[in-house]
Amino acid sequence: MSLTINQRTVGDVSVLDLSGKVTIGAGSVQLREAIRKLIDGNNKKILLNLGDVSYVDSSGIGELVHSFTTTSNAGGVLKLLNLTKKIQDLLAITKLLTVFETFTSEDEAIKSFNK
Amino acid sequence: MEQSESTIALTINSNFKFTELVASVTDNITQIVGFAEEEAHWISLSVRESVINAIKHGNKLDSDKAVDVKFVISEEEIIIYVRDYGEGFDPTRIPDPLDPTNLLNPNGRGIFYMRTFMDEVDFSNHPQGGTIVKMLKKKATLEST
Repeated sequence: MSLTINQRTVGDVSVLDLSGKVTIGAGSVQLREAIRKLIDGNNKKILLNLGDVSYVDSSGIGELVHSFTTTSNAGGVLKLLNLTKKIQDLLAITKLLTVFETFTSEDEAIKSFNK
Repeated sequence: MEQSESTIALTINSNFKFTELVASVTDNITQIVGFAEEEAHWISLSVRESVINAIKHGNKLDSDKAVDVKFVISEEEIIIYVRDYGEGFDPTRIPDPLDPTNLLNPNGRGIFYMRTFMDEVDFSNHPQGGTIVKMLKKKATLEST
């Protein structure tokens, strides 16, 4: 299964619900395009919901980092919601949990953008 | 009891679409050996990372060049060999992904993950060209769990 991205808006936050694999090839490219489209549309508060992501490799982790830097460089903020245990492990061992702001509650995540 | 080894080998062209195939084969093999689900997941990820490196950095995306993957399994462990046909590389020159200046680099974590999740990861140059990655993972014993 490749990656499916569903976009919705909660207040002024763009939420991307990711489902499937974020790996080298299709998944990474799709995520990059989705982020680029949001930034181009001046949507700079982005929440990535990773709860239904079944598999991530180093390319997928790299794409999360790329999404973060692309958004930051455009003056925006990107945060992560519902990390799976395995994604959390991959982020933790490469110290990326110190980079990303992560949430287990969508409500709290949305509120945090406007604090 | 007899301690027998089995060998499974496959060869793919340098195309990322075949990484799924190799990952599926790896999942089947780790199931045969009897690895726990989480260990099996990380072994599969390590094999996937190694194959991606072989395609991307070893064979430089040349789809005419092969990647050989060989699994040697016993009741206690799995050894995986991944060979490319590139010009070889020096693993000591890989930047440390934990260095604060590299944290936001989107690349450079694959080998770090392989070394984290496998018990041994060794790189060597094949005498006829290319790099061989050898990865070993022992099954967790009751004492170590």
